[in-house]
Amino acid sequence: MTPAVQFTDVSRVFGAVKAVDRVSIAIEEGEFFSMLGPSGSGKTTCLRLIAGFEQPTSGSIRIHGVEAVGLPPYQRDVNTVFQDYALFPHLSVLDNVAYGLKVKGVARSERHARAEEALAMVALADYGVRKPAQLSGGQRQRVALARALVNRPRVLLLDEPLGALDLKLREQMQSELKKLQRQLGITFIFVTHDQSEALSMSDRVAVFNKGRIEQVDSPRNLYRQPATPFVAEFVGTSNVLAGDLARRLSGDEQPFSIRPEHIRLGEGTAAADEILVSGLLHDIQYQGATTRYEVRLDNGENLAVALGNDHARDAELLYRPGQRVTARWPKAAMVRLCSGSV
Amino acid sequence: MELTLEAAERPATGGPLRRLSDLLYRKPGLYLGLLLAPPLTWFGAIYLGSLLNLLWQGFYTFDDFSMTVTPELTLANFRALLQPANFDIILRTLSMAVAVTLACAALAFPIAYYMARYTTGRTKAFCYIAVMLPMWASYIVKAYAWTLLLAKGGVVQWFVENLHLQPVLEFLLGVPGVGGSTLSTSHLGRFLVFVYIWVPFMILPIQAALERLPPSLLQASADLGAHPRQTFFQVILPLSVPGIAAGSLFTFSLTLGDFIVPQLIGPPGYFIGSMVYAQQGAVGNLPMAAAFTLVPIALIAVYLSIIKRLGAFDAF
Repeated sequence: MTPAVQFTDVSRVFGAVKAVDRVSIAIEEGEFFSMLGPSGSGKTTCLRLIAGFEQPTSGSIRIHGVEAVGLPPYQRDVNTVFQDYALFPHLSVLDNVAYGLKVKGVARSERHARAEEALAMVALADYGVRKPAQLSGGQRQRVALARALVNRPRVLLLDEPLGALDLKLREQMQSELKKLQRQLGITFIFVTHDQSEALSMSDRVAVFNKGRIEQVDSPRNLYRQPATPFVAEFVGTSNVLAGDLARRLSGDEQPFSIRPEHIRLGEGTAAADEILVSGLLHDIQYQGATTRYEVRLDNGENLAVALGNDHARDAELLYRPGQRVTARWPKAAMVRLCSGSV
Repeated sequence: MELTLEAAERPATGGPLRRLSDLLYRKPGLYLGLLLAPPLTWFGAIYLGSLLNLLWQGFYTFDDFSMTVTPELTLANFRALLQPANFDIILRTLSMAVAVTLACAALAFPIAYYMARYTTGRTKAFCYIAVMLPMWASYIVKAYAWTLLLAKGGVVQWFVENLHLQPVLEFLLGVPGVGGSTLSTSHLGRFLVFVYIWVPFMILPIQAALERLPPSLLQASADLGAHPRQTFFQVILPLSVPGIAAGSLFTFSLTLGDFIVPQLIGPPGYFIGSMVYAQQGAVGNLPMAAAFTLVPIALIAVYLSIIKRLGAFDAF
């Protein structure tokens, strides 16, 4: 099957800055694909390359098998939900949604019917006559979504669309977006810097760092088998054990990742498949569901440990800062990382 | 040793200035009142007061015989506005104001668009200065300079001759209502000078409106399938209408009230401004001058209500 979007060795250079550096990806038809990374990592530029707002410095971008380099945005079968929504302030909500149909010359009655339908899909059926300024942030976001979907694109691009919403609304929109994507069966390409958002919504996630892709994988694999130190630390939190510590654990310098929730505290001798390290407990943070401990190992490195709090006891109360503790984890919980980018 | 600690004395609330600023902080209404009192006094008493007083004098009686004004109230002056000779003046001025406004909008838009969307930093500063520089020169000097530029044997004619465009010029000067014997005595020449003098007042508001236009709106339009021409007519133009409306108010009202350009350039015949000037200065018929003053005010009020109805102020 032809991929919905295929990047082959795509670079985009702004002056001396390589915003996108030899990126190759294949995004499958009908998948919910996230581009995750910190700001300035190149994920938004990649999205703009697909939309046609930017042209690559080199490389090839195919959309459904057709070379898209050089094509202007209005000749691409993709639509975008903008970070600031970019609703037209002088048009009513209905005219905003119908805009894509209007410029394609769809007759008034049909485009209004289809716009009404799209508004109903995002639960804003009665808001057509309002102006965007009369809507709340969450409602504008839905209008932007309806406006992008009314053209029935095969690929929908979403540029951090939930960034401006408060937490509750964001969680609600996450599940609605996911539901919508399953229902419509079209490809969603979702840009975000929020790793939990990417993990909870996506079929696959590409992790960007400094213009390059570090890893492309399912959320589960990304979390369980991070490929690089960057991925291990950006997706969830992780202890990356490198250098001397790594050599003593395995004999070579290749770093390891160990998740804080896989580490336990407690005395006792090591089982055969266990690693034990002792250190000084120097910080305790109560985080509700878990309590987070910072253990300063004897070589000066820090180890983060997360213990669950259950109804009977708060793990927070078991230890005091300044106390010597032993951290232990099963060998199988450690993940070997490549030291560089893949 | 035992230390006896005394509570530190609270720092005094300070001098009268400090107390005044505290008072103003506590009473925002008083603060706003003080802030607005001088301009409101100026605007209310001196500006609006004298304007209303002037308009009131439009109801006074002027005796043609003794050339004196008596405070007997009459509607004769306003009725006189509708006499063919006076009504012609109003129509002539109004049609010029409309033509100048349309030409200014057409000329200003591309410049404003370029300034707002294509320039940054030094280029933008250069453009601002280039647009405003002519406004720093004396208006009278510019008007006189144009009489020379447009005169027979002047620079404009020299260009026309060297480009072999005399037939075009002769044709234009032959069109009734536009032409005249030479450029400097034609309606066309007067129109050119008006456009030259007022176009900066159109460029700057349009430029400000276009500057506020977020680039993402244009991208959204293209993303939804609009060709650049459609984006222009569906997004850019409607959103710059408030700027065009503001600019057109300037060019329209400035042309309506001008009394120097019509005297220096163009065919004989009064404009509203020069009529007011003549009535008041030469004739001493202040009541008639006052009645004429009402005309631009009424026309601009009508113009404002029209553009408001067209939705010029709805976009933001």
